[in-house]
Amino acid sequence: MGLFFFYYLAGVIILTALLVVALRNPIYSVLSLLIMFFHVAGLYVTLHAEFLAAVQVIVYAGAILVLYLFVVMLLNVKREDRYHPQLPIGAFMGLVIVTEVLLLAFQRRESDLPAMPPPGSVAQVAGNTETIGDVLYTTYLFPFEVASLILLVAMIGAIVLAKRDLFEKQA
Amino acid sequence: MVPLSYYVTLSAIVFITGVVGVLIRRNIIIILLSVELMLNATNINFVAYSYYFQNIAGQVFVFFALTVAAAEVAVGLAIIIALYRSRSSINVDEFQLLKW
Repeated sequence: MGLFFFYYLAGVIILTALLVVALRNPIYSVLSLLIMFFHVAGLYVTLHAEFLAAVQVIVYAGAILVLYLFVVMLLNVKREDRYHPQLPIGAFMGLVIVTEVLLLAFQRRESDLPAMPPPGSVAQVAGNTETIGDVLYTTYLFPFEVASLILLVAMIGAIVLAKRDLFEKQA
Repeated sequence: MVPLSYYVTLSAIVFITGVVGVLIRRNIIIILLSVELMLNATNINFVAYSYYFQNIAGQVFVFFALTVAAAEVAVGLAIIIALYRSRSSINVDEFQLLKW
């Protein structure tokens, strides 16, 4: 049953990822990325990471994609995007890398990495949110504060970069 | 049930799709979208490893990677808007002032 869910989610994720890259209309690309984000959140739920699934939907699908849609509609891009003349080289490189990675991933070799989920992992002592919150505010407190600084810098930077020059207009 | 290598393979395929997207598209917005694809692929990898090793550190890292991705998208789109104001184009082939 879990395998069926994984195949469905992985199949839709791969299909929509390919559509993001292949579709000509930027709005269609953004919408197909939206479908991918929802299925990635579903994948997180199957991996018992419910808090991350909720954060993924809220931040990625609810904020980042909305930003992208704003910009795509603001710039009013026509459907004129032709593929880059280096498309055959790019596709060939992609094929080579995919072959390499698949060969590496399915090598049969003795290693101490667990290939299957550890037994007894279904019964969690605390929920996912409590565990992340417990660790985030004790062990990872400094990166947490730095992340808030990053967001502040991004906010100021975005405003400075995108506003019109006030002094030139008023002169 | 689901072996770890399945998640790693899925993450690799999505990541490579993002890389090829950055290489072959000429629209800057789609290039940024492909970068988001790459970040999502690494997030899937981290969450899968976090589940299989029963270590919460993977999910905490995904939390921070999400934050950095949001900040990067905000600044990147602001740069695109500034570029569009100065050149009226979002085709990467037309931004070649530094080419010699």
